[in-house]
Amino acid sequence: MTDHIETDVVIIGAGPVGLFAVFELGLLDIKCHLIDILPKVGGQCAELYPEKPIYDIPGFPMVTGQGLVDNLLAQIEPFHPTFHLNEMVESLEAIGTPEAPLFRVKTSENDTTFVCKSVIIAAGGGSFQPKKPPIENIEAYEGTGVFYAVRKMEMFRNKKVLIVGGGDSALDWTVNLQPIAKRLTLLHRRDAFRAAPHTVEKMRSLVAAGDMDLHLGQVSSLVGDAPILKGAVIRKDDGSEFTVDCEVMLPFFGLTMKLGPIADWGLNLHENLIPVDTEKFETNVPGIFAIGDINTYPGKLKLILSGFHEGALAAQKVHRYVYPEKKLLFQYTTSSTSLQKKLGVAA
Amino acid sequence: MGVIHVTDRAGQRHTLEAIEGWRVMEIIRDWGLPIEGLCGGACECATCHVFVAEEWLGKLYPPSEEEEGQLDTVVSWPSSRLSCQIIWTPELDGLEVTLAPTGS
Repeated sequence: MTDHIETDVVIIGAGPVGLFAVFELGLLDIKCHLIDILPKVGGQCAELYPEKPIYDIPGFPMVTGQGLVDNLLAQIEPFHPTFHLNEMVESLEAIGTPEAPLFRVKTSENDTTFVCKSVIIAAGGGSFQPKKPPIENIEAYEGTGVFYAVRKMEMFRNKKVLIVGGGDSALDWTVNLQPIAKRLTLLHRRDAFRAAPHTVEKMRSLVAAGDMDLHLGQVSSLVGDAPILKGAVIRKDDGSEFTVDCEVMLPFFGLTMKLGPIADWGLNLHENLIPVDTEKFETNVPGIFAIGDINTYPGKLKLILSGFHEGALAAQKVHRYVYPEKKLLFQYTTSSTSLQKKLGVAA
Repeated sequence: MGVIHVTDRAGQRHTLEAIEGWRVMEIIRDWGLPIEGLCGGACECATCHVFVAEEWLGKLYPPSEEEEGQLDTVVSWPSSRLSCQIIWTPELDGLEVTLAPTGS
């Protein structure tokens, strides 16, 4: 695909801090696109703790993670940001000069290419990726005998399948793959499942009918000459072990955050964080900014409110790159008619 | 005042001064040992997973259903706990834990 999207700024990460950056940029007439690996906006707030109350957002005595995200979306609505969800930024390439930065940003899934004047990394703890259980040599079987997601169900037809986990993904794929698998085994650490009750019931009836197996324990090692998986050794709580024959293992242990491709973009890193200055929150590469949990500087606090502040200051410098000829006039939303027009609230 | 003993992933045992009212995860992190604690102690990520020595297991408050749910997301064993859910009190002077392995 040779088409590319031209915009002022690409924001990597659609968590609360990335969302609020849209607002601060929008007030300065700067247009942006946001990219996030999750299928929804909100980052950790929406993925990890949508129902958890947050008490330290200024002006909100209490707001839930999802509530905050919903409010931010309403707040940035006047600026019509474009979201690219389910996509991970694979490469970020500087194609301009330090004085007039220009970047080419490419995503993995849809192979979308962006050309922009600044990049704001608001990626929190990195990208959400499936958790890989610490089982010896598991990498050697990945893609042949071990899968962390089901892309095509057909791949598992007539296979002996072992599913590990007790949440919705594990249970959903158990009932979906059971009819086509040669034999399906579900393994979980305890006889309690945090999944939709209907699905748990379905699984239990399949077990009762002898159409699948349920075991309690954990995988302690894998069997078979890698990359060909032959089985998994299961250890029970009492320490005893047995082997389950399987050609495929699907561990569903939820998501974790990994820095991912960010490490390859030529940015200085300090313990998986991106050092920035505290005036502009710019990285060692002019035109690339880092705000929110992913950055570090002396005195850094990983608070959502710090990320909001960082976005506001970064926007000031971004303005210089996007509009090098324009003088930036500092204004308040309470009194500026021009800002109120942008927000669609001018009298 | 009291201490906790933490064995790291290389097998080295560290004795750390503990602070009453702090989460064991916070004590471990404050001393600079490699524990992630991604969610900050909200029982939402299981990156502070530890194994508690057998003689100490019974002296802890049992895990909540929420903690059990998080323990479902790691390779946990009967001695597994999330260290963010253990609040240190003087009764836990000498508590012995081992950092659980992290996946790749």
